[in-house]
Formats: sequence, C-alpha cells, structure tokens
Amino acid sequence: MRRAYDLAIVGAGPAGMAAAMEARRLGLDVLVVDEQVAPGGQIWRGVEEAVRERRAAGLGSDYLAGAEPVETFRAAGADYWPEAIVWHVEDGFRVTVSRRGAVHTFAAHRLILATGAMERPMPVPGWTLPGVMSVGALQILLKTPGAAPTGPVVLAGTGPLVLALANQLLAAGARPAAILDTRPPGRALRALPLLPAALASAGLVARGLAMIARLRLARIPMLNGVSAVEAVGDTQLEGVAFTHRGQRKTLQAAILALHDGIVPNIHLSAALGCAHDWDEDQACFHPRVDAYGDTSLAGVAIVGDAASIQGVAAARHSGCLAAVQAACALGRISEQERDRHCAGALRALRRARAIRPLLDRIYAPTVRHEAIPDHVILCRCEEVTAGDIRAAVRLGAHGPRQVKSYTRAGMGPCQGRMCGLTVSRLIAAEAGIPPEEVGYPRARFPLKPVTVAELAAAGDTGPA
Amino acid sequence: MFRLLPQPEPVPVTIDGRSHLAQRGETVASLLLRLDQPSMRRSAVSGALRGPYCMMGVCYECLVEIDGRPAQACMSRVAEGMNIRTGLAP
Repeated sequence: MRRAYDLAIVGAGPAGMAAAMEARRLGLDVLVVDEQVAPGGQIWRGVEEAVRERRAAGLGSDYLAGAEPVETFRAAGADYWPEAIVWHVEDGFRVTVSRRGAVHTFAAHRLILATGAMERPMPVPGWTLPGVMSVGALQILLKTPGAAPTGPVVLAGTGPLVLALANQLLAAGARPAAILDTRPPGRALRALPLLPAALASAGLVARGLAMIARLRLARIPMLNGVSAVEAVGDTQLEGVAFTHRGQRKTLQAAILALHDGIVPNIHLSAALGCAHDWDEDQACFHPRVDAYGDTSLAGVAIVGDAASIQGVAAARHSGCLAAVQAACALGRISEQERDRHCAGALRALRRARAIRPLLDRIYAPTVRHEAIPDHVILCRCEEVTAGDIRAAVRLGAHGPRQVKSYTRAGMGPCQGRMCGLTVSRLIAAEAGIPPEEVGYPRARFPLKPVTVAELAAAGDTGPA
Repeated sequence: MFRLLPQPEPVPVTIDGRSHLAQRGETVASLLLRLDQPSMRRSAVSGALRGPYCMMGVCYECLVEIDGRPAQACMSRVAEGMNIRTGLAP
C-alpha cells in the first residue's frame, strides 16, 4: 500500500478546500476525498460548470465567488478523489471509501472532517409526499444541471436560505407562488439588541436587506407569522395548507420547499466517537472543537459547517487554522510559527462569526416539537410517527438508542440522518429532559448501506 | 415539473425500459423530475410513493436501481446507455 498521507480531508467544500490549500502551502502530503463530482461543497456546487455555461450570475455573487477557490484548489497539488464516499474509518487512520463501484482504503496520520451541514429536517403533516423537498434541494437543481421548477412553488419555513432561493428562482424566471415565513411574530424585534455586534459583518446584513427588497419589488407574496403548515395531496403534492392571521388558507403547489435552518452533519463525527455538545442558540448537536478545530479525538479536526454553522467566510478560516495545526502536530512547523501563522486567521474568524448571534436569534428554528401532531411521520425510512415516539418515551425510552429499539426509528437506509435530531428533541420535549442529557443517536460504521461485495473488498489497498 | 436552463447536451439513457434523453452532467433524480416523475419508489413499510427530498445524498428517498445496482438517484450522474429502474416499474 501507498505510504500514509500526512493529512486526509473529507469534504471539498469551502472549509475542506481552504484546509487543503493551506496544508499544501506548508508542504504537507494531502488527500482530499469528496462525495460530489466536483469541488465546491453545496454552496458552490457545480460552479465550474455553471460559469462555463454562463448561468452563474443568476445564482448570486456568493455563488460566483466560489469559482476562484475551486480553481486554486485544483492547482494546489493535493491528491483529490471526487465521487468517493467514506464509509469506514479506523484508528491510525485507515479510511475506506467506495468510488465508482470500487472500494479503496488509504492511510493518513491526521484527519480533517469538512463534511458540512444538512438541512434541519422540518416534519410537517404530509412532508413525505413526492413534490415536498428542502429549499436546498431546489438550489441544488438550479446549480446542477440548471433546472428550474415549472409549476407553482411555495416556500415555507425560515432562514437566510429561503430568501436566497427565492431570489435565485426569480432570476431563473420561476417566480415563487408565495413565501410562508413561519417565525412567530415579534422575533425580529427581540433580535435588535444583537444588531450592533452583527454590524461587523455589515456586508452580509446589507445583502440580506437587498434580497428582501428585490422580492418586494417583484411582488412575491410574503406572509409572516404562518403556522401549522401542511402538505396536501393524494399520491403527490397538490397544495399547501397553513394558518395565517387566525385563518386556515390553502395554496395550489407542485413543489413545497421547506427550510428551518441548517445544522452540522454529525454522522461521521458521531460514528468516530467524537464528543458532541448541545448548542442552545442553534438548537442542534455539534462536535466539541477548540480554536483549531481539534476534537476530543487525537488527530481528528472538524472544520466549517460540520463543526458549527458560521457561514462560508468562517468556514474558510477554520479550514486554514486546522491545516496549520496539523502541520504543527506533524512537527513541520514550531508552535511559535503556528501562532504567528494563525494570528490573522483567528482574528478574521472572529469577525466572520460576528453576525451569527443575530442570525441565530432571528432565524431560530420554528418547528415546535411538542406541537408536532401525533400522526406526522418523523422517521421517514421506517414511517415512525411522532405519536409512536411519544408512546415509547412514556414507556420509559428516554434516549435515542432506546427509542430506536422500541420503534425502529433510525434503522432505515438513511441511518438516522433525517430523524436523529428530531427524535432527540421530541424525547426532550416529551420527557422533560434537557436535550444535552437526552443525547444524540450514535451512528455506526458502515456509514452508508454497502453491499457484501464492498465489505469483502475493504482492506485491499491500492491507488484509486 | 422542472425545465432546463442551459443548452441541451443529450445523453441517451433507459428508464424502466423506455428511452429518454438526459442532460449531460445531471443526476438521475434531476432527469426524473424533469420528466414529471417526482416519485421513484414505494416506501418499504406502507407502499406509499416516495421521491427525492434533499437532493444531496442524506435522505435516501431517491433509491433506484442503476445498471443492476441500488443507488441514490441524486448522487448518480447520467451516463450514455445507463439502465435505470425505478421502484414503480411494472
């Protein structure tokens, strides 16, 4: 087998690419593995192609800004395996990936996980109907291959991505039929005290206001204080029902795009056994990391949205910091050199994070777990409802593992990615236990369903 | 349900025995959505129709069979001659 890499980075989004480029600048031997076909993560997904096809502008300046880092990353000299899905990691580290039907194992002295975020699942009645998707799903289609919805699209939920998608749809000639903001009234006012600190990221605040202005100018119906959103239809989505100003209303819809914020994707970090904490402001679990991204596991760092939702600028700085720390840990630079090297990035990271408390308060998740009707499916794979889980809790199941044993929630192909956070929060609400005590589901390797043939092939080593 | 914005660059594939022209670079999920097929399998528990939710490999709703192997449609780029079977094939 090839000798061990100095550093393996999982994920080629903003944080992963930044870590790779910095590590290469410091002379480390680097491998980047990523499950997508091209670098960019989700935020800059398919940016190279979009630029080539001259349709990147309509996706916004934040998207276009990804073209340059992607180009620089490709030239940085790291080994790069796209379409590689990590499904097993052993101490030391030995990492097994599946790639284009074949299995490969490689070794690395240090790992940086830059696996990004996922959308917070937003369970509403009928959300398993075909035609109901996440806001991110529509953005993905707009980016790759450049597909816009043709029928009526309703956006429901809250978060900066809702505004971003609405603008992107507008630019693509696919006006949203309505934006249903599910924030309870008074939220923006309660966030005002945090505005002064957020103005350190004045550019972001201004861009957010501009997005809202564009939607108002285009007369896109925007309803505030919406509650009890429900996807309606027989075998696929036909409409969206909701409560607004005390009245029950319905809109026809071919697509319902839901969004209740994004959360770190902790599946890999949980499987590795990294310590995680409950983040009250962002209402999610996240890995415990220090200023350099180092976790509770020696040799493993987590950067970008996979550690904590802090935005793309912060993601890039955190990637750099972890790479410098890796170089120091491997003895390539001294601690003094590391400190000198990192001073600027640490300051920049603080500045980039300045807006987060404001955003976290304005866009706090709107799904109230105690109010999810019993009949709503929470575990989509196994069709376990909120009522099933509440019944299990009343029988004494007070943790995710117990609930899984009682109900099968988390036993399907997605391995609890979609239901884990919701189940933990529902247990907390039903049992009256704080979420940090309830804990999060512990994922296990293999991280994705694999065939027996793949299992048998794991351990054979060689170039990809 | 969805229409293409860039110029067509056709890639011939088969879905449940029928020939279709996909767009170079798109995923199988994107193609099915553009063909007005938002559902591509039935729930193993209730038989209810299911379709893609996240489009990024997290939800596993878009499971189909590609060239004889189970795969997530949203993570599979179309290739010439690809043989796709959804869970709704007769």
